[in-house]
Amino acid sequence: MEYEVVIGLEVHAELSTKTKIYCGCSTEFGGAPNTHCCPVCTGMPGALPVLNEKVVEYAVKAGLATGCTIARESKQDRKNYFYPDTPRAYQISQFDLPLCEHGKIDINTDGLEKTIGITRIHIEDDAGKLAHDNYTGGTLVDLNRAGVPLIEIVSEPDMRSAAEAVAYVEKLKGILEYIGVSDCKMQEGSLRADVNLSLRPVGSEKFGTRTETKNLNSFRAIARSIEFEIARQKEVLESGGTVYQETRRWDDEKGEGYAMRTKEEAHDYRYFPEPDLMPIRLSEEYIHHIEEHLPELPESRKARYMNELGLPEYDAGILTSSKHLSDFFEAATAACGNAKAVSNWIMVDIIRVARELGVEYDALPFTPVQLAGLIKLIDNGTISSKIAKEVFEEMVNTSKDPEKIVEEKGLVQISDESAIKEVVDRIVAANPQSVADYKAGKDRALGFLVGQCMKEMKGKGNPQILNKLILEHLQ
Amino acid sequence: MISKEEIKHIADLSMLNLSEAEIEKYTENMKDIVEFANSINSLDTDGVTESAFALDSYNVFRKDEIKESFDRDLLLSNAPSSNGEAYSLPSMTV
Ligand SMILES: [Zn+2]
Repeated sequence: MEYEVVIGLEVHAELSTKTKIYCGCSTEFGGAPNTHCCPVCTGMPGALPVLNEKVVEYAVKAGLATGCTIARESKQDRKNYFYPDTPRAYQISQFDLPLCEHGKIDINTDGLEKTIGITRIHIEDDAGKLAHDNYTGGTLVDLNRAGVPLIEIVSEPDMRSAAEAVAYVEKLKGILEYIGVSDCKMQEGSLRADVNLSLRPVGSEKFGTRTETKNLNSFRAIARSIEFEIARQKEVLESGGTVYQETRRWDDEKGEGYAMRTKEEAHDYRYFPEPDLMPIRLSEEYIHHIEEHLPELPESRKARYMNELGLPEYDAGILTSSKHLSDFFEAATAACGNAKAVSNWIMVDIIRVARELGVEYDALPFTPVQLAGLIKLIDNGTISSKIAKEVFEEMVNTSKDPEKIVEEKGLVQISDESAIKEVVDRIVAANPQSVADYKAGKDRALGFLVGQCMKEMKGKGNPQILNKLILEHLQ
Repeated sequence: MISKEEIKHIADLSMLNLSEAEIEKYTENMKDIVEFANSINSLDTDGVTESAFALDSYNVFRKDEIKESFDRDLLLSNAPSSNGEAYSLPSMTV
């Protein structure tokens, strides 16, 4: 039987506020264990949480950027569960009155546009971290992350493949980066996704039983866990079995998903209104003010790159897929005035380098101004584009200015006609057979002669002048 | 009405081990509590707007400004066990 895959995602994004959601402890990543903690975020009885106003502002920004309706009246609720990463024995979340509802974002996979619905966005606090204690075999609890603000973005079950799910998360990540509400560093866990997935016979209206795979923190893990779960459910259904509604985990090293033991997921959250936190009421003016001050979103930047800078749609899409990359592009273009060249360097070399080094685009070993400097050196004829590649690699390795690399390595392009002519004369004289071939109509022989001259000049000859001189010589 | 099964379920969710005698006792206690709370149902609430809060208070916010965190030794001294840096527990599946 042919099956259709139905996928909905819950994405958790840590908000980039300076302090936690209900206390003034720092949200900074990587502090010594339990040093960003106080009675509120460690769940001491009697401690009173007070909501950070930036959390509301950031959640509303995220809602507006994804086309949501913003609730004029909202509240927070206790979600009760007993686990040592949550010292209060409840998470403060939102149950029936989330801040944002009914949004959507457009994704593009293989050139096909599709709209994915957003059910809701609500605010909640993150849990602490558990680690295995190698000395005692027990478990250690670090509550630095406990109380860091999160938004949970719940999608409609609108996705039909791993590729669509990845495109959705990429798009969402881009939007959150652009509006500056989350740094979306997946490797640090500040953006992670839960995948709800079910299969149904093609043509069927009714959804099949879904499973939820939790806490996926890379695009690769999202894609692989989905492929795994599709294959698993298909096998179960085809052998006449039943898919059980269950919570699952993904082991990225083994490339396998597994069901959590039922005891672990025996959840009955017993939500009730959080009595320590008063309702949130948002005025028209407040919402309007945030809407008016939303930064330019990726869609709009993409259109601008195509219309004003004349870049192809594909390139504009890649450049705007990450805010850091897009900012890099804009800074470099502003510094050298050659948008097409900057775009080409990014598409061909910079994306590759970032991938090889495993860094985000705001942590490249060279600055946008240095890339602009390199492009200027090509544009004003100081170096050839072939030499530029060599200079670029050196920039990657040493972070030095391109002008300095060119000077130190003596890479300045030779544009002096008499110097080039001297080499041309020598090479042509030494290769009579190629000259004869060229005269007999074999164009390849010209390429060979140019190559020999370039080799002689260690790649530094100005290619236009070199070509011109060889042709003159041969005629 | 509260059944023994419900008490067992609630105890399970909180990871409490209750003896048979305790379950009996808490079932009775909980019955009293629920009955007392049920007395609110006798109120006439026609025309009263639904609300989760008794106070007419809203938008109690704080600025996003860092305050010094607590002394770690002091925080950890509340726990039955720690290694000086982190709370220490019996093994959980991590
Ligand atoms: Zn705190």
